[in-house]
Amino acid sequence: MSDVYYKTVKQVTSVLLFVEGVKDAGYNELVEVQLPDGRRVTGQVLDSRDGLAIVQSFGETRGVDIENTKVRFLGETMKLPVSEEMLGRVFDGVGRPRDGGQPVYSDTKLDITGSAINPASREEPSEFIQTGISTIDVMNTLVRGQKLPIFSGSGLPHNKLAAQIARQAKLRNSKEGFAVVFGGIGINSEEVNFFKKEFEESGALDNSVLFLNLSSEPSMERVILPRLALTTAEYLAYEKNMHVLVILTDMTNYCEALREISAAREEVPGRRGYPGYMYTDLSTIYERAGKIHGRQGSITQIPILTMPGDDITHPIPDLTGYITEGQVVLGRDLQRRGVYPNIDVLVCLSRLMNNGIGKGKTREDNRGVADQLFAAYARGKEVRSLIEIVGEEALSANDRKYLHFADMFESKYVNQDYYEDRNVDKSLDLGWELFSMLDKNDMKRLKDEFIQKYGQWDHKREQHSEEIAEMVAKAKPEEELENAKKPPAASAPAGKGKDKGKKDGARKH
Amino acid sequence: MSGIINRISGPVAYVVNLENARMYDVVRVGTEQLVGEIIKLDHGKAIVQVYEDTTGVRPGEPVVNTDTQLSVLLGPGLLTSIYDGIQRPLDKIKEKSGDFIARGVNVEPLDTKKKWEFEPIMKKGADVHEGDILGTVDETSIIKHKVLVPIGIHGTIESISSGKFTVEETVAVVKTKEGKKEIQLSQRWPVRIPRPVKNKLPPNVPLITGQRVLDTLFPVAKGGTAAIPGPFGSGKTVAQQQLAKWSDAEIVVYVGCGERGNEMTEVLKEFPKLKDPKTGKPLMERTVLIANTSNMPVAAREASIYTGITIAEYYRDMGYNVALMADSTSRWAEALREISGRLEEMPGEEGYPAYLGRKVAEFYERAGRVNVMNGAIGSITAIGAVSPPGGDTSEPVSQNTLRVTRVFWALDASLANKRHFPSINWLTSYSLYTDDLKQWYQQNVNKEWIELYATSMELLQKEAEINEIVQLVGYDALPEKEKMVLDIAKVIREDYLQQSAYDDVDTYSSMNKQYLMLKSIMRLYEEERSAVDRGVPVERFQGIDAKVKIAKMKYTPEQNIEKYYEDLGRAIEEISGMTAEAK
Repeated sequence: MSDVYYKTVKQVTSVLLFVEGVKDAGYNELVEVQLPDGRRVTGQVLDSRDGLAIVQSFGETRGVDIENTKVRFLGETMKLPVSEEMLGRVFDGVGRPRDGGQPVYSDTKLDITGSAINPASREEPSEFIQTGISTIDVMNTLVRGQKLPIFSGSGLPHNKLAAQIARQAKLRNSKEGFAVVFGGIGINSEEVNFFKKEFEESGALDNSVLFLNLSSEPSMERVILPRLALTTAEYLAYEKNMHVLVILTDMTNYCEALREISAAREEVPGRRGYPGYMYTDLSTIYERAGKIHGRQGSITQIPILTMPGDDITHPIPDLTGYITEGQVVLGRDLQRRGVYPNIDVLVCLSRLMNNGIGKGKTREDNRGVADQLFAAYARGKEVRSLIEIVGEEALSANDRKYLHFADMFESKYVNQDYYEDRNVDKSLDLGWELFSMLDKNDMKRLKDEFIQKYGQWDHKREQHSEEIAEMVAKAKPEEELENAKKPPAASAPAGKGKDKGKKDGARKH
Repeated sequence: MSGIINRISGPVAYVVNLENARMYDVVRVGTEQLVGEIIKLDHGKAIVQVYEDTTGVRPGEPVVNTDTQLSVLLGPGLLTSIYDGIQRPLDKIKEKSGDFIARGVNVEPLDTKKKWEFEPIMKKGADVHEGDILGTVDETSIIKHKVLVPIGIHGTIESISSGKFTVEETVAVVKTKEGKKEIQLSQRWPVRIPRPVKNKLPPNVPLITGQRVLDTLFPVAKGGTAAIPGPFGSGKTVAQQQLAKWSDAEIVVYVGCGERGNEMTEVLKEFPKLKDPKTGKPLMERTVLIANTSNMPVAAREASIYTGITIAEYYRDMGYNVALMADSTSRWAEALREISGRLEEMPGEEGYPAYLGRKVAEFYERAGRVNVMNGAIGSITAIGAVSPPGGDTSEPVSQNTLRVTRVFWALDASLANKRHFPSINWLTSYSLYTDDLKQWYQQNVNKEWIELYATSMELLQKEAEINEIVQLVGYDALPEKEKMVLDIAKVIREDYLQQSAYDDVDTYSSMNKQYLMLKSIMRLYEEERSAVDRGVPVERFQGIDAKVKIAKMKYTPEQNIEKYYEDLGRAIEEISGMTAEAK
């Protein structure tokens, strides 16, 4: 059937062609459209009936006409030739080279939709990946085979963060890095240049495959691109035993393209006009991360999306969060305070964290340190919002400690340099150092034995970093002062109690 | 004579010339023989939803009617199995098609080679009716599988044998009015039809889950229905898994409906290792898993819920208490929506079909505590997770679920962000079984249980009210009595309601431990209250020994709990020695 050209295009929209007289086009079959000016674009069958095929075009339908446009059904679904030679290369949204090199020739051609990994074949991801970023390593640990998206907003440095992760990610105590498959979905040329430059500088380019669809290029290619990237990743991981890190940015553009097709097909829309099957569709991308029993390689995915209006309940982040194993969320507030990476830890989560931390993986105290950091920072932020109501003077000494803790946590722990690669021990120790600003008795999430082993409450001033030492020093006299005041305060009944109450302030329960 | 595909669009195929096409018949679609089900008949066309990926299927390909309805095979071997949405064992699929799920794989739900030791209970010549127990098979080391007379068969046993049989071999012959019927260890049942029961019973026995916030504040009855709605990251899945692990049901059916692949793998890996607190045997021996992950075909996801509940009904009919967890029913509803959209049906709210409410209600109605056909008592407790978009429960799936379920465990993102787990909001959650279960708690836990429960609920309510005042006037301005309420409420929240699923001890609390813990906190409350009356300022209760001990009580193993409770009691009594004057 591949030699038959249909000249029966009856209706054209921006993305769809209705071809009549076609008897047996396969669902999802690949289609070649020959335009009157000789251009060729590919497409795919979305709906096939006896006598009509609805074709979704991956290229622009500009120039398509009714008289002369020819359509050929290729008898197969979209396949991607794959080989190890793809490493170091750059392709466009449908797999054509965009680096001036030759197309990839290979006997191995893989169906780009892939198939679901049998849950019985999956291996539980459990190998800790050190990203060198404290808030990820200690509090939202990434493991090999996980899919952990970055939820960002327009104007936030998600690309920088992704590049830093790609540069620094490795197994602990190992130099073995990742092969990177990068999918740029509808991104602009500046972003493209940024990533290219990053990969070149870090020397990762030779070990990377880039698929790029610029924002000026056909939006329909965006639906294909992540599948090409993941098919390549699967080949490298499961056939060539590599550990692959897949970065997809920006998934919001992918979903927009999906909505565009859905609208063109006049489908019943779900929430905010996105198609009702968007959850299923996204899952066929995200679920292609993982590890398989008996196979060497793995696929770790870091999809990036920008939340429209910073709204985490928008369908795109919402459906993504329901599929992925956690999320790293960037906060605008931290960005304004000049914190990089502006990871808003309280809304972040890594669902596979517990498999990747602890003795032999990171360190025995990791769980407790993470929980305590979360709890203490949450309390600190609560106090911060309390000030707006009651004023800072009304805070108790203890609350004030938490307030300072939150400040220090942001500027010392969350904040780090773009080129700073903190190992996990250092990140954990930094956590302990911060804890020494707080009361030891308040540390409910830390086990006594670890407090003994790692606690820094008894450290001398010079052992702490400068600011923290200052904080600790500041906190202490006040406390002593208060203790000193206590007996008389307590013995005197009403009047004095009130006085002292001021100090104890709005102790939040 | 086979039908011919006339149109194909995603998981929906339109078929012409299909003879004998009846609603819900199972058909084989295309040259690859994909499994499908007729969901609509329209002017000589049968509209089929296909349970597998339809890529490459073309108009003109044949469709064969199997003349059967979508059904499950019920028999020994269900337990410890893991199935996809249409009861194909995933490990068998793996043997046939490798690590990735291929299409058109045809595998038997039960191992047809394995021989089971059948011990008859009924004798030759006995009169038997549908649902009667003919004999038993030791399915796992903890569950006796009862071989039931299939529904619709009444008569006299003509022969019955003991010994080793496969699930397909005949173990008994029953003479009925319609003729002789051979009975095997396995039987089929169509998934969309509820298995019949004699009558429903009131739900007055709780399903003990070992989770303090659930058992104490919002209990679910055996045979009850519960919904867990919550945004992503609020701990739905962990909550469901905790229930599957620790609830005192005899059988657990866990349906992973459109969820993450790695999560199912975690269940697969973890359950065989976990020990049942009662029997000490691996939890897997009482569990059936159904896993249709999000990227597996959407139509099979729709079916997975029914596959699960039918298996649950089968074990209920043996007289067992079954707990069914469905994670998540939203994905099931979305599958309905997707198919409905492809059929170009008129949409209801948010694109969901107009019959969503009916389907949800039908599903939960299959739960219940009942007299089964043979007179024994069995139950199905149905617990459905709901994943409302953006955590907003005003959406159709949550609302339709809340209309029919009687327990509402509201997961709260802000609690989860503070790492308060299980993040069940004690102010918005409810259980309508509390009254039904009152008597059971009084008889089996303690006479004063209801009082303890009521007081702690009251304190939590009060805390919320007082906190609103604090927002206005500051903590300082509060009277000592109210400060004391905040103090105790904090203890309830942090040291009682918070429970770590990852701590070996804390993960499960027996009712006795729950009672002793709650009792201790209430004693603390009494002591603090009278101390405040004596003029002791609330701040003096910070860091006292009794509180430190209460905080550690949850990590105290069950066997030491009584002694710990006594020690703690002494520490609490010390408060009575506190006076307005400091020492």
